[in-house]
Amino acid sequence: MTSLLILVIVALLGIAVWQLTKIFDLTQSKQHVGEDYKTQVATHKDNNINGYLMFGFLAFIYIFTIYSCVKWGYMPLLSNSASEHGKDVDQLMWITLLVVFFVQFLTQFLLHYFAFAYRGNKDRKAEFFADNDKLEFIWTIIPVIVLAGLILYGLYAWNNIMHYDEEEEVIYVEVYAKQFNWDFRYAGDDNVLGKANVRFIEGINVVGADMADPNAQDDVVTKELHLPVGKKVVLKMRSQDVLHSAYFPHFRAQMNTVPGMVTQFAMTPTVTTTEMRDREEIVDRVNKINEARNKHSKKLVEKGEPGLEPYTFDYILLCNKICGRSHYNMQAKVIVETENEFKKWIGQQPKLGKQVAEEKAAAAAPKVEAQPVQTPVAEPQIVVDTTAVVAQVIK
Amino acid sequence: MSAVVGHELTHDHSHDDHHHKETFVTKYIFSQDHKMIAKQFLVTGIIMGIIGIAMSLLFRIQIAWPEESFKVFSWLLGDDFAPGGVMRNDIYLALVTIHGTIMVFFVLTAGLSGTFSNLLIPLQIGARDMASGFMNMLSYWIFFIACIVMISSLFVESGPASAGWTIYPPLSAVPEAIPGSGTGMTLWLVSMALFIAQSLMGSLNYVVTVLNMRTKGMSMTRLPLTIWALWVTAIIGIVSFPVLLSAALLLIMDRSFGTSFFLSDIYLAGEVLHYQGGSPVLFEHLFWFLGHPEVYIVILPAMGITSEVISANARKPIFGYRAMITSILAIAFLSTIVWGHHMFVSGMNPFLGSVFTFTTLLIAIPSAVKAFNYITTLWKGNLQMNPSMLFCIGFVSTFITGGVTGIILGDSTLDINVHDTYFVIAHFHLVMGISALYGMFAGIYHWFPKMYGRMMNKNLGYIHFWVTVVCAYGVFFPMHFIGMAGLPRRYYTNSAFPMFDDMVDVNILITMFALVGAAFQLVFLFNFFYSIFYGKKAPRNPWRATTLEWTTPVEHMHGNWPGAIPEVYRWPYDYSKPGYEEDFVPQTVPLRDGEKDGGHL
Repeated sequence: MTSLLILVIVALLGIAVWQLTKIFDLTQSKQHVGEDYKTQVATHKDNNINGYLMFGFLAFIYIFTIYSCVKWGYMPLLSNSASEHGKDVDQLMWITLLVVFFVQFLTQFLLHYFAFAYRGNKDRKAEFFADNDKLEFIWTIIPVIVLAGLILYGLYAWNNIMHYDEEEEVIYVEVYAKQFNWDFRYAGDDNVLGKANVRFIEGINVVGADMADPNAQDDVVTKELHLPVGKKVVLKMRSQDVLHSAYFPHFRAQMNTVPGMVTQFAMTPTVTTTEMRDREEIVDRVNKINEARNKHSKKLVEKGEPGLEPYTFDYILLCNKICGRSHYNMQAKVIVETENEFKKWIGQQPKLGKQVAEEKAAAAAPKVEAQPVQTPVAEPQIVVDTTAVVAQVIK
Repeated sequence: MSAVVGHELTHDHSHDDHHHKETFVTKYIFSQDHKMIAKQFLVTGIIMGIIGIAMSLLFRIQIAWPEESFKVFSWLLGDDFAPGGVMRNDIYLALVTIHGTIMVFFVLTAGLSGTFSNLLIPLQIGARDMASGFMNMLSYWIFFIACIVMISSLFVESGPASAGWTIYPPLSAVPEAIPGSGTGMTLWLVSMALFIAQSLMGSLNYVVTVLNMRTKGMSMTRLPLTIWALWVTAIIGIVSFPVLLSAALLLIMDRSFGTSFFLSDIYLAGEVLHYQGGSPVLFEHLFWFLGHPEVYIVILPAMGITSEVISANARKPIFGYRAMITSILAIAFLSTIVWGHHMFVSGMNPFLGSVFTFTTLLIAIPSAVKAFNYITTLWKGNLQMNPSMLFCIGFVSTFITGGVTGIILGDSTLDINVHDTYFVIAHFHLVMGISALYGMFAGIYHWFPKMYGRMMNKNLGYIHFWVTVVCAYGVFFPMHFIGMAGLPRRYYTNSAFPMFDDMVDVNILITMFALVGAAFQLVFLFNFFYSIFYGKKAPRNPWRATTLEWTTPVEHMHGNWPGAIPEVYRWPYDYSKPGYEEDFVPQTVPLRDGEKDGGHL
């Protein structure tokens, strides 16, 4: 940073010198302005060269676009969506992309072709053409029609995604964000999430569930997000510190988590992790990624560092809102499985009520060894704030 | 206000009779002459631009070769911010934050609009100076202090602000969340408050000057499109900047005085903080109420410059003058009611998302009209390929490439999956970053003879243009692909996710293009500063243009015209008008008997 300071000082000194030279310059007698300046105005030759270059640049845009599509065209998430609404999103994306590519192709052609075709020529005079109501009407009305279609389709899809039927059989899962990891809370047998507030965070109760709420007793807190295939899941989202964003790229799902507020996103996973791993395109993609990883791994091994493990496909949840220094590594694994597998897995997870009770019992038990007290500092805070604590109802 | 204006006018008229003794200080430092203030804004903007672009190179190097040691890091950032030459992860975020802040506000707002509003408004409407020269001077010097405060925040021990240029709380409000939210953030807020103050002073001046001080015959429908664009830009600034000021003040209250406007229920570092009842979403609304109009504050002046320069170099009237004005007004109005498209997944009511999708996609209509009008202006023209003209064609090109992806991001359904990814970076850099920079370059190449009385070197200009356009495409076009693949922005490294490992090569390619592109800006810098002293002497009207600024003498004088202010008889786009020998008819030439004005024959 000191060197940056030096740079700034040098820059400021530069300005001072420039100002002084300017004065010196102004005090000189006024020169007669000749035809010299014309060397710095575009000539016939310049118009010609740059006109051709404009055409060349058009070619560059097209070639670069084609090259990118061939080389990186497999990357965009436009197929193999893993959720019900994902198909609609992908379809709308394809249609919009077609419009985008068409407009881009056509207008860039016109722009650069005209720049080439009408490059300056001293023997020609430009046409005095200032207005044409018909033309202007046409290129106002065409975007109107195209956009009307896109808006209607988009809003229809948006409403379908954002509104779920309250009567429908859904499962509730809380996505809980904090610097720099995720927790998940399942609603348990009663399918009702217990009330919660950060002021209840204590020991194993990392999500701040209100243990006085009977609904919280059978809640289950985990580090992995398991979802049964084909069942609508309503993700209730909270954050304990700063804004985060729960981004599930494969499911075309994203919602910010906001401290002091519960946000939500509902979706129905349609493809299990195992099924997805077997899909041809995914296998191809994984191979490409592993190729790159191998290359990198070899370099690491040469340097004497441990190599990289090969990558296997997994759905993933990542943080997509700047949230602090380790924002780049705030992730969790998402596993979609059959309903039976899911039931088996959730059955093995301990209930929050039981866990908290056990922790309390262990703390209350007379300590044989002189262990350092590990009670979180939060406890006295709760006493002070009792009147202020308003546990949020999550459903 | 009218009293002030009247006073200024009488003062300026009497100016020719008695001679002010101008000292170095009144002429070059505390100058009240709009032309000098314009140059001050420009040079300050260029210096800030060098800093902002240098920062982007540093973080591009980090993202291409993550966590590797570079001498340039230890040299520029020091051992504290880059121990052993490896950039610290919060310093990466700090660089991203300050790059965004500097480029958006200090370069593309003050550097672009500040320069060309000051230079062109009085010259093109036929006024001797701004309505209030003193306020104009104050505006620059407050801007200068804002720059100093922003730069000084780089030297704070805990690091500069690092919550992203959007400074969403709680990250920006609580120093426990990230080190940069300590003193660095305080300085950021102070700097921005000063910036907003200067912006308002400038904008008020521009609006009043355009409304009250046009010369005889200069009706609103005879104004050059640059003036329309700069005038509307100033109005948008007055409408929206104060809202950011209030957001900043409330954030200062939350940070320093224990209020809870934006904060609630926070548990950090093992402690429950006392905040209760505020909402970060409120801040997002306030921020984007400025933040979105801000992109039009950036792009409208570039559009105005392009309209003017394209027409003058195509030797042809701008196509659809009235449609252009209508589009500017429509864009300005719509720009104030679309801010929610930055917040589709913020947790606000989905119905509101529908409304903002609708208003946002409407903006595509006036934008499309403008793009088509530019293209039609080229049709059957006699294009003089001066460097300024090339940058205008480049402007239209990137404005289209960046603009069309707006219909993806503006659609709430599609935004779900590309929100905050590199797709967004590609979109806004092309449509308002690169485009506005091209507009600024076009303006500099075109009006350099007016500012410094000399010509810039055209061959250096050509080299600058061609390398820049190729590199800009090379940097931002591939970002669409990695963005649609789900790569989030503002990641210190992508190596924590194996699924992004095949994008390593793309990121290296992007950084290469960025390094080459930035290196060739040195050609521009050299050309700019060299030509100030040694460029060929410029005549009064080197581009054979019609507007009033080219009727002033080459040597600058306070008051602009030695005699009376010229009267205006026609619109500004009479290029290649049939019946005239020359291919341009200045605005000061009276209409002949039976001749129609405004592009009619």
